[in-house]
Amino acid sequence: MAKIKGAIVVDIDGCKGCGLCIEACPVEVISLSDNVNVKGYHYSYMTDPDACTGCSNCAIICPDGIITVYRIKI
Amino acid sequence: MAENAITTKELVKKENLVYQKTKLLTDDVMHYCPGCGHGTTHRLIAEIVEEMGIQSEIIGVAPVGCSVLMYNYMNFDMQEAAHGRAPAVATGIKRLLPEKYVFTYQGDGDLAAIGTGETIHACNRGENITMIFINNGIYGMTGGQMAPTTLIGMKSSTTPYGREVSLAGNPLNMTDLIVNLPGTYFVSRQSVHTPGNVRKAKKAIKKAFEYQSLNKGTCFVEVVSNCPAGWKMTPVESNKWLAENMLPFYPLGDLKVPEE
Ligand SMILES: Cc1ncc(C[n+]2csc(CCOP(=O)(O)OP(=O)(O)O)c2C)c(N)n1
Ligand code: SF4
Ligand SMILES: [Mg+2]
Repeated sequence: MAKIKGAIVVDIDGCKGCGLCIEACPVEVISLSDNVNVKGYHYSYMTDPDACTGCSNCAIICPDGIITVYRIKI
Repeated sequence: MAENAITTKELVKKENLVYQKTKLLTDDVMHYCPGCGHGTTHRLIAEIVEEMGIQSEIIGVAPVGCSVLMYNYMNFDMQEAAHGRAPAVATGIKRLLPEKYVFTYQGDGDLAAIGTGETIHACNRGENITMIFINNGIYGMTGGQMAPTTLIGMKSSTTPYGREVSLAGNPLNMTDLIVNLPGTYFVSRQSVHTPGNVRKAKKAIKKAFEYQSLNKGTCFVEVVSNCPAGWKMTPVESNKWLAENMLPFYPLGDLKVPEE
C-alpha cells in the first residue's frame, strides 16, 4: 500500500509562537522550541517528523504564512 | 521497508512542494499579534487573487483598525480610507474603473460602528464591490474597547464586568441586517479558527470575488475572528472561546446565495 510522508519547513524568524499549528496538527508533529528566535518568540518545529503526512493543516492555520509543506507517496 | 527511511532532507524538494506562502503577499512581516485572524484572512485574499490571476486587475481598500497597514502586505494595489469610509471609497473606485475588481477589508469597529452608514448604503445601492468584514467583537487596535458587535456579557476594556444590555445596548449583527437589503447579491459568514473553517472561508471569499464580475450587486463575507490581545487570551484559547461564544450569536454559513 502506498504510504504518504510529509515534512514542514518553518521560517524560524517569521514565527510568532502562537501555537495554532500545534493545535491544528492531527498527528502531533509540532512543538514549540525551548529556544527563541530573533524576536524572542519560542518557534514551532517538527518534534516528530516521522509522523508528518503533509496534510498542510498547520500551514493553512498559520496567520503569518511561515510554514512550507512537502509531501510524497512512497 | 527501506523506502520508509526517507529523511526530511530528501523530502524537502521543489517537486514535493504542496504548500507555500503566496507571492501575492509581500515579504514584510505582518505587525499583527501572534495568532490573530487578520493575518490568516489576508493570506486567503492573496491566495485567491493569485488563483484568479487578477493581480493587476484588483484594488483593495484598507480600513482604520489593526488592519490599517494592510497595504504593506498585499502585492497589488491598495487604497487607504478614513475610518469607516471604505465602502464609499470603493464605490468611487469601482464606478470610475468598472472593469477592476474592487474590495473593502474592514473590522467591526470600522464597518459596524463609525462606518455603519457607509456599509448599509453601499449594500443597499448594490455597489458591485466585494466587502470583507473581520468581526472580532472588539476595537482591537485602540486597546480592546467594546464594539457594537461585542457579545452580551463579553468583557472588554470599557465593559470590564461584561457587556450589559441595560447600559450598552444590544450587540449588532451587521450581516443579518445587510442580507435583507435588495442590493446584496452574495452574503456569507465564515471563520478562520480551524483549518477546516479556513478552507471554507476561502471558498466563500473566492465566490465573493468571482460574482463581482457579474455586476449583480454587493458580495459580502463576514469572517468571525479572534483578538487574542484584546480578549486577553492565548491564541489557542481565543479560538476555543470564539467557537463557544461567538459562533452561537454569529452562526456560520451562506446567508444569501444567487439562484443558479
Ligand atoms: C475618525 C476616527 N475615530 C476614531 C478613531 C480611533 N480608532 C482607531 S481604530 C478604531 C476601532 C478599530 O476597531 P475595528 O474596526 O474592530 O478593528 P480591529 O482593530 O478590531 O481589527 C478606532 C475607534 C480613528 N482612528 N478615527
Ligand atoms: S489587537 Fe487584536 S485584532 Fe489587533 S493585531 Fe492584536 S490580536 Fe489582532
Ligand atoms: Mg474589531
